[in-house]
Amino acid sequence: MVQVRQSTIIDAPIEEVWAILRDFNGHDRWHPAIASSEIDGGEPADAVGAVRHFRLAGGGELREQLLALSDKERRLSYCLLEAPLPLMGYVASIRLKPVTDGNATFWEWRSEFHPPAHRRDELVKLVAEDIYRAGFAAIRNLLGRRDAAMPAEARPSPAIMPSRPTGVAPRSIPAPSILAPPRDTRETTRAILVERYGGPDVLELKEIALPPPAPSEVRIRHMAIGVNFIDVYCRTGFFDLLRPPGVPGMEAAGVIEAVGAAISGLSVGDRVAYACPPVGAYAERRNMTADLLVRLSDDISDEVAAASLLKGVAASFLLHDVHAVRPGEVVLIHAAAGGIGQLLVQWARHLGATVIATVSSDDKARIVERLGAHHVIVYSREDFSEAVMRLTAGAGANVIYDAVGVDTFAGSLAALATRGHLVSFGQASGPVGTWDIDRLASKSITVSRPNYAHYTDTPEKLAPHVDRFFTAFRQRAVRIGQPASYDLAKAADAHRDLETRKTSGALVLLP
Amino acid sequence: MTKVYVSSVIPAPAADVWKVVRDFNGLPDWAPFVAESRIEQNAHADRIGCIRSFTLKDGGRIRERLLALSDYDLSCSYAILESPMQVENYVATLSLTPITDGNLTLAEWQAEFDCTPEREAALTQQIGSGVFQAALTALKQRFGR
Repeated sequence: MVQVRQSTIIDAPIEEVWAILRDFNGHDRWHPAIASSEIDGGEPADAVGAVRHFRLAGGGELREQLLALSDKERRLSYCLLEAPLPLMGYVASIRLKPVTDGNATFWEWRSEFHPPAHRRDELVKLVAEDIYRAGFAAIRNLLGRRDAAMPAEARPSPAIMPSRPTGVAPRSIPAPSILAPPRDTRETTRAILVERYGGPDVLELKEIALPPPAPSEVRIRHMAIGVNFIDVYCRTGFFDLLRPPGVPGMEAAGVIEAVGAAISGLSVGDRVAYACPPVGAYAERRNMTADLLVRLSDDISDEVAAASLLKGVAASFLLHDVHAVRPGEVVLIHAAAGGIGQLLVQWARHLGATVIATVSSDDKARIVERLGAHHVIVYSREDFSEAVMRLTAGAGANVIYDAVGVDTFAGSLAALATRGHLVSFGQASGPVGTWDIDRLASKSITVSRPNYAHYTDTPEKLAPHVDRFFTAFRQRAVRIGQPASYDLAKAADAHRDLETRKTSGALVLLP
Repeated sequence: MTKVYVSSVIPAPAADVWKVVRDFNGLPDWAPFVAESRIEQNAHADRIGCIRSFTLKDGGRIRERLLALSDYDLSCSYAILESPMQVENYVATLSLTPITDGNLTLAEWQAEFDCTPEREAALTQQIGSGVFQAALTALKQRFGR
């Protein structure tokens, strides 16, 4: 029998850490070794006895059974049922405890098992390092917090944290030494801080700490910041790209004002833009990993870049990767007068498709007609699926790009051609809910639900889309209208206008 | 029954911290509010059942009986026999857990006791912040990096 015990401190409240770990089927969302996971027989993931059946990123399959789970003690234990390695008799437990003087969490992960003697050291090391310690790092990464347990010089760059209020009466007990933020004089920046998920009102301008850039980061002074519907989903908590307190925003353009020690090829004064996680763009200045930055040439203004890079990259992978639009295909684009809709209309037409656009008003219809849509449907006045069938002589659309969500999903299914493809890439009107996939067989329909990050989170994935978009822009295959601009402090107004469909085209915040 | 729980990360290996806190007669050495302490009847300080009698810097006197001491679990439990705090059935446990990531220690200090309802909030505050957390903070500074 060997015992493995690893423990760490996560600099996040225990409720946040437990919310992630108690989901017995959720480990594929955070542990780098897990590719996919499902619960056998569709049992609830937190039911004692539930069996998770999962696949490793390296290909092996395992089954593990939940033996106990206590929300009171924040503890769960499980055993291995099947594994590609001889971890015989493996029983493990996860236990959290609060650290009361720093709002941090102690996390212990321990197990016992009987390895074959000749593989003992190898298997102990694998469990301790590749499973437990890698899991600690992944959760820390997911929560975007700094590592309290590591010596200061080895810490990753601190997450954005509200700067400490000044003028607070000193506490009678000396402040804790290792968990408190360092007391050196930190720079600050103005940013829109989301301290809890909610409506546009939670977007408040605050002064937040701005640490020096880490070795692989640059600090950017933003000139213009893109506003996208994904920011709304971050604000409401629909996507967990942002965990409060945090700064939303995934797109901006600006000028580099400082570079980390390990940066080469970028210098102070360079104009750059980005359109990718992590969130944090709604700020005057921020630090950003350098490898996903895009250099801006002089023919592309800050406002155009901030207004269009994320949408352009999304349009690129939607039209080329998620579905490769071919000449002659019928493409239906919902919310066609919106920021991304306008790009899709122009670009799909440029690719040789017949473009049908839906919009909510006559004003918006005129906009998309000018952009080159072959047919425009004002869906507030006309049933769009009937209209598509009429326009296509009953054939239907080959592909539908639908960011509207619940209001259009059923109609989109009805408007598709046989072997049509529904690309659901947003839910402006609400999530589409649960659908019976058997119904898709009546027309052999394909449904895609692409996630922006999965197409853009490495330089290798992102670069072709950026190149393709800027090329299309320079060739005037797509044109970018002047975006509506708001002061950074008025981010809440921008979100209200975006959500109430008052806007057409792109929105930017100006610091 | 009222419960109090505090915890802290001490920047030292658990074995080093345990050397300090396992001495049931050693509070004056590290707890900031204890003036002096002695073990009654010349008993050994790690003998289950021994009684420590100590004086606080503010003059209060407390007598506590050692209920359990485990060099395996790195934990120690004790009960109050006499104190100015007006608590009954007071049992506390101080325990250490290694944090393998960084070779640090999680120190936990918890207590359960009975008291009158109107004193509960004040006692929780006094014991939690004023005694346990303050002592853990002092321990942290003793090992401070």
